[in-house]
Parts: sequence; C-alpha cells; structure tokens
Amino acid sequence: MAQPLVKKDDDRDDEADYSPFLGIEKGAVLQEARVFNDPQLDPRRCSQVITKLLYLLNQGETFTKVEATEVFFAVTKLFQSKDIGLRRMVYVMIKELSPSADEVIIVTSSLMKDMTSKTDMYRANAIRVLCRITDGTLLTQIERYLKQAIVDKNPVVASAALVSGIHLLQTNPEIVKRWSNEVQEAVQSRAALVQFHALALLHQIRQNDRLAVNKLVSSLTKGSVRSPLAQCLLIRYTSQVIRESANIQAGDRPFYDFLEGCLRHKAEMVIFEAARAITELNGVTSRELTPAITVLQLFLSSSKPVLRFAAVRTLNKVAMTHPMAVTNCNIDMESLISDQNRSIATLAITTLLKTGNESSVDRLMKQITNFMSDIADEFKIVVVEAIRSLCLKFPLKHKSLMNFLSNILREEGGFEYKKAIVDSIVILIRDIPEAKETGLLHLCEFIEDCEFTYLSTQILHFLGIEGPKTSDPNKYIRYIYNRVHLENATVRAAAVSTLAKFGAMVDTLKPRIFVLLRRCLFDNDDEVRDRATLYLNTLGGDGTVVQTSDDVKEFLFGSLDIPLVNLENSLKNYEPSEESFDINSVPREVKAQPLAEKKAPGKKPTGLGAPPAGPPSTVDAYEKLLSSIPEFANFGKLFKSSAPAELTEAETEYAVNVVKHIFDGHVVFQYNCTNTIPEQLLENVTVIVDASEAEEFAEVASKPLRSLPYDSPGQTFVAFEKPEGIPAVGKFSNMLRFIVKEVDPSTGEAEDDGVEDEYQLEELEVVAADYMLKVGVSNFRNAWESMGADCERVDEYGLGPRESLAEAVNAVIDLLGMQPCEGTEVVPNNSRSHTCLLSGVYIGNIKVLVRLQFGLDGPKDVAMKLAVRSEDEAVSDAIHEIVASG
Amino acid sequence: MDSCPCIKNFLLLDSEGNRVAVKYYSDEWPTNSAKEAFEKALFSKTQKTNARTEAEIAMFENHIIVYKFVQDLHFFVVGAEGENELILVTVLQGFFDAVGLLLRGNVDKKEALENLDLILLCLDEIVDGGVILETDANAIAGKVASHSVDATAPLSEQTISQALATAREHLARSLLNCMYVPVPWLADDDAMGSSG
Repeated sequence: MAQPLVKKDDDRDDEADYSPFLGIEKGAVLQEARVFNDPQLDPRRCSQVITKLLYLLNQGETFTKVEATEVFFAVTKLFQSKDIGLRRMVYVMIKELSPSADEVIIVTSSLMKDMTSKTDMYRANAIRVLCRITDGTLLTQIERYLKQAIVDKNPVVASAALVSGIHLLQTNPEIVKRWSNEVQEAVQSRAALVQFHALALLHQIRQNDRLAVNKLVSSLTKGSVRSPLAQCLLIRYTSQVIRESANIQAGDRPFYDFLEGCLRHKAEMVIFEAARAITELNGVTSRELTPAITVLQLFLSSSKPVLRFAAVRTLNKVAMTHPMAVTNCNIDMESLISDQNRSIATLAITTLLKTGNESSVDRLMKQITNFMSDIADEFKIVVVEAIRSLCLKFPLKHKSLMNFLSNILREEGGFEYKKAIVDSIVILIRDIPEAKETGLLHLCEFIEDCEFTYLSTQILHFLGIEGPKTSDPNKYIRYIYNRVHLENATVRAAAVSTLAKFGAMVDTLKPRIFVLLRRCLFDNDDEVRDRATLYLNTLGGDGTVVQTSDDVKEFLFGSLDIPLVNLENSLKNYEPSEESFDINSVPREVKAQPLAEKKAPGKKPTGLGAPPAGPPSTVDAYEKLLSSIPEFANFGKLFKSSAPAELTEAETEYAVNVVKHIFDGHVVFQYNCTNTIPEQLLENVTVIVDASEAEEFAEVASKPLRSLPYDSPGQTFVAFEKPEGIPAVGKFSNMLRFIVKEVDPSTGEAEDDGVEDEYQLEELEVVAADYMLKVGVSNFRNAWESMGADCERVDEYGLGPRESLAEAVNAVIDLLGMQPCEGTEVVPNNSRSHTCLLSGVYIGNIKVLVRLQFGLDGPKDVAMKLAVRSEDEAVSDAIHEIVASG
Repeated sequence: MDSCPCIKNFLLLDSEGNRVAVKYYSDEWPTNSAKEAFEKALFSKTQKTNARTEAEIAMFENHIIVYKFVQDLHFFVVGAEGENELILVTVLQGFFDAVGLLLRGNVDKKEALENLDLILLCLDEIVDGGVILETDANAIAGKVASHSVDATAPLSEQTISQALATAREHLARSLLNCMYVPVPWLADDDAMGSSG
C-alpha cells in the first residue's frame, strides 16, 4: 500500500496523477544544484532546485557528508541574490542541512548582515537560522542583537528571537538568563503571540525560583493576557504554583478564582485548560469541581469530535477519584456510546463503568453489547478490563457480567483480546467463589472451539487445578477428553495431564479416567503417549483403585523446586556417562535477584499468569528460596514476606534493601545487596544486626554472602527467634560488613588481598502490620455476619488533629496492614464521616475483620470507632492494642 | 517539567499514505524507517474515519493525533499524550487553512506538490523546533505568500487579499528580474521597498 512515491507514479495513469517530481533522482538534482554557482543567478530556477532538494530530504533521502557539504557551500552563494522568495528557501535549506561548526562560519557573516537588515522578514528568519545552527562562542557575539530583537517593535522579529531563546536555554542557559529584563518587557507586549513566547521563555528562565514564578503568576493573573495560548500557559503555571504551595486550607485555595474565571473565557482552548487544571488539583473538593464538570459536560454534546474527546478523556480521569462528581454527566455520556469516533465511545463506556452503581450495571451491559461488535480489538480490551474491575467491585452482579464475558468470548477476536477475556474470567473465578462453576463451564465451552493453542493449554491447566475441587468434577471430563480427539499434539498433551489431575484428586472418577488414559496410549504423538504412560503407571492404572499417595501427587503435579535456569545449566554441563544425571546436584541458590525488581508483592491477580517461563509469584519464590537454605529449613511455613524496603540512599556505593520474612516463631531478614563500584569485589558480606531495641528477638543464624561482584545482586540473611505466635515488634540497626578487594577494570581480576570494611545502613523495624496478611473477602457483610459477635471487641479512639479524613483513614489502614474491602479506602470529598472495611489474616492463620468508623470531631480532630471480629478474642484484643499503641 | 505546548510532528500524506511533506520536531523517531512505520500505522488507523467536515482525533502509541482530510490529502498534527487537545487542533486548523489559502482553494495532492515550496515555508512559519510560532491561517499564509512580515495587518478579506498576494508575488518576481523598478502600489511595503 505504501510504496515509494516515485514507483507508484510510474504504475499509475499519467495524467490524473501527474507529479512535478516524477522520476526525480538525487544525482541529477545534485548536478542541477550547480546553477547556484552561476555568475548570473536565476532566482526562480534556484528556488526550484532547492525545492527539489528539500523534496528529496522530505522523502527520507539522505546526503552523504561530501554531498551535504557541497550543497551547503553552493547554497551559501545564493546570499548574493536579492530575491526574497529565494532567500526564504535558502534559510529553510540551511536549517535542513544542519551544517557542522566549521561550515557555520561561512554563513555567519551573511546571516548577521540579514539579522541587522531593515527588512523584518530577513531579521526574523536570520535569527531563527543563526540560533539553530550556532554554538556557544558565536552566541556571545550576536547576543546584543538578540536582546534588541526581543524588544523589536515588529512582533514576528520579537517572536523569532524569543522562540530561539527557548531553544538556546537548553544548551546555553547562562547566556539566555541574562536576557530576562528584555523578556520581561516582551511579556507586556501588545502582540498576542509575542506575549505567549515571552511568557514561555520567562517561566523557563525562572522555573527553579519558586518565589519568582509565584510573583509572575500573581501579577499576570490580575492583568490581562491577550492570546489564548498565553492564557493556557498561565493556567499551567498557576496550577504549578498551587501544587507547590504547601498546607492549603480547603476553601481558600490561592488562585482558584482565577482558574474558575478562565472557565468563562471566550476561547475553548482556555476553558478546557482551566477545567482540566481544576480537576487535577490536589485534593480537589466537589464544590471546586462542580463548575469545571459543568463546562466539560457542555463539551460532551459539541459537534466537534476533538472537544468531545477532550472532555470525555478528562472526565474519565476524574471518575477514577471522584466517581460521584461525574454521575451528572451520565446521560450525555451514554449517548456517546454510539459516537462515530471509537476512542470517544470507549472512553465514555469505561467512564460509565467506573461511575455506574450496582443498579445500572444491567442496563449498561445491554448497551455495551451492541457496541462491542463494531470496535477494534484494542478498545475491546480496555472495555473488558473495565468490566473486570466492575465485577470485582460488585460481586453480586457476577452473573450478568460473567454472561457478558462469555458472550464476547464466543465472538470473533484476536489473540490479545481473547486472552484479556480469559484472564478476566480466571480472576473472577478466583476472587468470587460463587462465580466459579459457571466460569469454568464458560471456559470449557470456549476451548471446544478455540483456535489459540496457548489459551487452550492454559485453560486446561487451570481446569486441572480448579475442576477437581468443584461439587461435580464429572461434568468437565467430557470437555477435556474431547480435546484429546480433536486438537493438535500440544493441546492433547495438556488435556492428558488435566485428565490425570482429575484422576489423582477425585478417587471416584479414577476407573473412568484410566479407561480414557489408556486410549491415549495409541496416540501418534510421542509426548502424548509418554504422558499417558507415566500417569497410568504412577497413579496405579493396573485396575486397582487405590488412593494416590501424596508423594506421587507431589512428583506429578508439584512445582519444581529448583530454578529452571540452574537446571538448564546443569543439564548443559552434563556429559553422558555411566553415572546418571542427579537432580540433587543442581544448585538451588537463586543467582540473580529478580524479586527485588518486582514492584508490588501484594497478591495482585495476574490471570493465567505469565507464559510458562515467567517467574512464579513472589510468595512462592521467597518460600522456595528460604527452604533451600538449610539453616532456615525448620522454621515452618512462611507466613508473610514484606515488600523490599531500602536501607540505603539511591546512588550510593552499595545498594541494600531488606525483605522481612515472618515465620511463626522466627523472623528472617533478607538483605538484597548490590555493589555499584566496578573496581571492587566484596567478599564474605554479612549484616551485623544490633537488636538491643528489640528485646524479644534473639539472633539464631546468619548466612553470609560469599562474594558480591560489581552489579550482580546477591543476598545475605539473618534469622531471629521470637516468641511463638506473638507479634513481637522492635527496631534493628544494621551494619554491612565485608572484605573489599580491588578489581583491575581492564582484566576484571581481583587482587588477592582484601581489606575488611564496614558500611552503615539505615534502621529497619518490625511492626505489627508485618504479622497481618492482606486477604480480601468478596462480600464483607456476609463474612462479618458469619464470623459472629462472639469475639467482637469494640472501642473508641481519638486520633487527634489530622490533615484530612482521608489521611486518617490511610494512616490506620497502613498501621494495621489489612486489605480494604469494597473500595471503602476511598473517602469522598467533604464527607464528615466515613466507614472503612478491612480484612486480613493474622499470624497463626486467624481471620480478622475490621470495621472502622471515622468521624470529624470539631474542625480537624478525628475520632474513630474500631470494631474487630476474629476467630480468636486474643487476636481481637491484639488489633486494638496495635491501634492503641500506634 | 517543560509545560510549554509542544508539537511533535506534522504529516501531510496522500490518499495512499505516502508522504507529501512531513516535518518531525521530536527525536522519538530517530530513523527514516521509524518515521515511515509510524506514518503507515497512523494512516491505516485513521484512513477509514471521516475527518472531512470536522477535525478528528485519536490516541495512538501514546500520542494525541488530530487530523483532517480534504480531497486526496491527509493532514496530521501529533502531540504528547498530556497535551491540550484544543491547542493541537488549533495548530492543525491553522496549517489546514493556510494551505487552503496558499493553494487558492485547490487543495489536492497535485497542487500541493506543485507548490511544495509554499507548503514547506508554511510549516516553517507555524512551528519552530516544536514551539508554536503562529496559528492564524491568514497570518501564516500572508507571511509565506507575500514575503512580508507585517502580521499586524490581517488579510481580512481572504479571496481578494490572496489574489492580491499572488499577483504581487508574480509581479514582483518578474519586475525584479528585468528592471528593478519600484512598484507604486507596493511602496508602503518594507520588503519590496528595500529590494526595489
């Protein structure tokens, strides 16, 4: 479709598609450029040749260094001509050629002459060209002229100088900063665009001086700014000032009146800029939001797509933090679902999904169904993701949402889209127990007619895990066995494994599974046959129905507890001999530390998970890592691992962060260390922990890191014993101790002798929240009721003066380290009271539910009623203690 | 933070996605093949939309694209994701209308290529290194066509002023070429005056 222009013109009818550049060739044009050297210049012809050269450059043609130099020198000759049109083309050409420093000298005098010319057009353009190609030394020579030009009475000249100043500020800030008096004067210019350019430059000169920016904004917001563009700039600078001014009391936000006034400006660009600025204010109140939302709502019904898009995009963002404020626009938004522009329609839908309440879900789904068929896959994915989060928000609506997902799963679509849907269904199955059976059946139906091998195998794997746990595993067998008949070898093999899983987990199904597996022994694919044979033999397919032992289950379906990379390396190194390969010889230690790079260790649902090679979930990985260290092997089950906390400043010699692993009777600190000095090798790295401020802890073991080469992270561990099941807290100070050896950077070899050295790290703390797992419940009310009031503890607390209610709520959530439920962590603006629901699992696997009721007591004081229900009243008391002592 | 509105590039493509004129200000597309790939993808994404009466808009690879079509020409302006859409569309409209004025209403690929010099000068007058220079179509076209920089005298009556500008240009060219005689009714024009 996009063929090179020249070629295409050859193929086409001549007359209709005539191009003046038909058959143009670089060599010929370069020859033509010789006319630039003629003693009698023909301006018209020269202009044409320049146009041709520019055309070639524009089409992506490049000139060699020699060609470019030649053209450049030829072009400089054209300064002799007095033809204005030609001169313009010369300017453009010089800019396109971006000459080297020694070439620049050739044109400098010509350009400086033009810069002081009486002709405004020459002055303006010469300034722009000269500033584009100049370097610092030349700049000092022409500085005087530039300063004059900034205050030139001709606006085009002034703008040219100012815009050049904006560019030069990046490379020669100290020179441009000397012009601020002139720029200041230009800000007062009557010409609209001069004011715009001057304002932009002045702000950039002063942007690091908060006071100056503040002054600039205060004076200009009072005065009149002429150009809409300058007004937009002013709005941006104003919101920057608002952002940076600390401790705003609600109600008397500085400059808010200015922003609100801009909503009545005559230029739409300014109105929109102001509305957007208001919606992005920190902690914006609904009273502040209202006028902005009102103008955006008007834009929604504009005839111009750009206005509608701008408005719906902004409202979409507002809906994330202030869904209530946007509900007024819902009617306008619904009519946008059928918008011609699909970007607008998608944004409208996702906004509606965010603002919608439980009762409007069904109606919304109906509208979306019509819309889904005629949008592109990328938009569909956005909608699917919005629906997923809606479903997690309103678990009771899972039926209609799940139906919707299964319907769109049946329709046409590409891999990414189908994967998004399948992922969503999987997440819903995991998080909403009630949705499990229907969800699994939808997935079963999908693999009946699924063209993507990857998705089929992933679903089969998932079925193998979830299917046997359902009330009637029997009904899935048919779907799985059908795969063995109808699919390619990869899917068949996956289906065999899934069948075997059902067989291993559900004893009643065993005989029938064995029959099916035996049929697979005649498959024409090796892998399928091998799997069937393995499963039949290990599960006892010799006709006797025995309970499958845990060992067998672990062997067949357990996860591999050695890193795949290490296994791969060991297998590569293994040479066939008498001795068979010993899997125990594979090192278990994780070499590079991929865990620290993972952002949130929280239990974020990841759908079917990454492709097989991807890392396992953080918790699993930590557990594996720790169990591979013999010293820690007897600590029992890992309860919780914290997120990595930095113990060093960024960009220090050694970067260290710590992960706290909590066991029932032990705590293990995992120090992830990185050596950032190429000339050093660290050996025998340990962390010396001083636990004098943590009385209940006693150090039991530490595992030093043998060597820590440059830029290759390693871990060292220190383990502490603590009273069993007790949430002991304390402070630990840390000192990194190691032997440092010089490394020759050229050879990479370390010297033999090392010096012992120490490096002070920051303190770390074990807090109550470390003993709490963030585990959500889908229906808090049900969980609360079923927990019963037996172990309920209720008390009231005064939290003292707080910045805001939201801040108080977040502080308590952080203190407890629990999972907020049903979106109750978000405090609506201006509310004077709030209820927040939390759930979690406390050490010892005790389920805990918390209901927090906050109220404003006086202007700032926050009071809180804390109700805790758990399976153990001691734990309920412990939660109260955390709050009381926090 | 650079809060000055910024244009990443202009694209003027034909009805098959081939370049008529393009100008990149951002170095996000370092090579010509990267540019071409971007243009191709953008063209195929927007091709089917109807951007003939009103400018249309799309999000594409973390850019905001505003575009407008006329005849066999597709005009695009590309800006950053967080840019004010209405500023971008003002620039687009300035470009679009200025080209309309310069090509005397015959806006199609053939005319555009025949007057490529005007199109390139037009781009040069709208944006300098990503910074918006001018958005008013009359001012842009005035600067390009008449080679005068007197933007304070807007060409209020478009058709007449335009005809005038073209006539003036042709006349000036031929006069300059043969005899360098000042033209009486151009006497107030600085640019002409100095060269005559």
